[in-house]
Amino acid sequence: MTQGDAGGTKLAVKAATKRYGDFHALKDCSLDIGANSVVSIVGPSGCGKTTLLWAMSGLNPLTSGEVLLDGTPIDRPRPEVGLVFQEANLLPWRNLMDNILFPFEIKRQQPDRAWIDHLLDRVSLKGFEKSFPNELSGGMQQRGSIVRALSLQPSVLLMDEPFGALDAFTREEMNQLVEEIWLETKTTIVFITHSIEEALFLSDQVVVLTPRPGRVLNVYDVPFERPRTMEIMASKEVFDLTNQIKADIYGQQIAGRAAAE
Amino acid sequence: MSEDVVGGKVGKGLQSLSTFGAGTSRLEVLAIIATAVIVIGGLELVLRWFEVPHYILPPPSAIVAALWTDFPLILPHLGYTLVVLLSGFAIGAGIGLILAAVITQFPFAEKIIAPYILILVTTPMLALVPLLILWFGFGYEPRIIAVALATGPMVMINSATGFRRVDANKIALARSYGASTLQIFWKVRAPMALPMILVGLMIGAIFGLLTAVGAEMVGGGFGLGNRLTTYSSMIRMPQFFGVVLILSLLGILIYVIFFLIGKKWTSWET
Repeated sequence: MTQGDAGGTKLAVKAATKRYGDFHALKDCSLDIGANSVVSIVGPSGCGKTTLLWAMSGLNPLTSGEVLLDGTPIDRPRPEVGLVFQEANLLPWRNLMDNILFPFEIKRQQPDRAWIDHLLDRVSLKGFEKSFPNELSGGMQQRGSIVRALSLQPSVLLMDEPFGALDAFTREEMNQLVEEIWLETKTTIVFITHSIEEALFLSDQVVVLTPRPGRVLNVYDVPFERPRTMEIMASKEVFDLTNQIKADIYGQQIAGRAAAE
Repeated sequence: MSEDVVGGKVGKGLQSLSTFGAGTSRLEVLAIIATAVIVIGGLELVLRWFEVPHYILPPPSAIVAALWTDFPLILPHLGYTLVVLLSGFAIGAGIGLILAAVITQFPFAEKIIAPYILILVTTPMLALVPLLILWFGFGYEPRIIAVALATGPMVMINSATGFRRVDANKIALARSYGASTLQIFWKVRAPMALPMILVGLMIGAIFGLLTAVGAEMVGGGFGLGNRLTTYSSMIRMPQFFGVVLILSLLGILIYVIFFLIGKKWTSWET
């Protein structure tokens, strides 16, 4: 029961191409993301990870190809899709609660206070509702931004290297938190990261992208049970997978350098 | 406690005001009072000891006494100056703010207009007062227009800097929730620009005060600036310095008002 419960495809990327002038950030990139699964996208810098994620968010349209959410094309931001940014991206002039209510203000919707309370409790931010971002640690800010993204109960959560700026210990805590949240909500999560360890801990599948032009090189299944314990993460299977993914990424870099010479 | 933005951007001299009050120990208060007593008292003693004539430099006690007795005569002029300053500031700051908000949405138009705004900022608007008097006479109009002309460009150029401070991620955040252009303006761009807007308003208000007093000195029979020329021509220097004192207090009041607004609304910016 590692791959999604409901099965089926939640997000389908079809021949996605994104050009900036002559530069192909993505070229004919295709990918299916199952409902209720966690999929990580890894790859060297400049492989189009973020471009792909932003295409899924509807914020940055593709040059050609499409992204389907439950079968309908995403051509603008959709309420079912939550987005967590690289930096926590809280609005510094609002306290934590006002930041979490920001989406509801924009949408002129009544917030579900009980759900927000539950989420705050879940990420241990109860009692910090009145704190301003500059009074919170980096980890707390990012937890706040996760609450903001989940407050609208999205069916897809897009996370763009959310923990890249955090220290290693905080990062591990955050990974466990994401796992717990997923176990509770079964929200489909697309997770961009530079860390193979993080990708393997969180994901049902790890997608390796190649740069210039960005396209899918390999998709690895990560068939371990959850919650993923230290023993599982230290097992030979995980070690082997890590090495395969590393070989993919470094192989590309060596090939890229050879091609450049 | 985060550093106040307005205090931080206005320069070290004024910034010391922000350390006054907040977290000042009893010893420091005593030292500040002692210094004031020594400076003012010393000035008093020196001026009296050398019997400096009042028309050269009146001692502090004479200035206070003149202010005390002549304040009812000066008060209406303070009122006239405030009318000029407040109405000119409101007109200039209003137009400057709106222009800044609109023009920063159109970078191309901004590039074309920028040199003219810079000329307006760098030209002392006092230079136009004789012309404005020729056009509008000796009443309030030329003064209010001069103050508006001095305030507006200052507010505009600083606010434009604020509105140009775009954080693409914060705008993307708002857009991801389907925010309209207007919502993005009010909920993201405007709050982000607020610290710089406040700086612009404060500098604009101080330039407005300078211009108001200058314009009153050039033409017309009322206002604090006019009192300065009147008292100096009558060689009533204690009254003259009394008016100068009122003007510096006005300047400090402007600073304190914006300092407090900044402290309340922009302390999120570190």
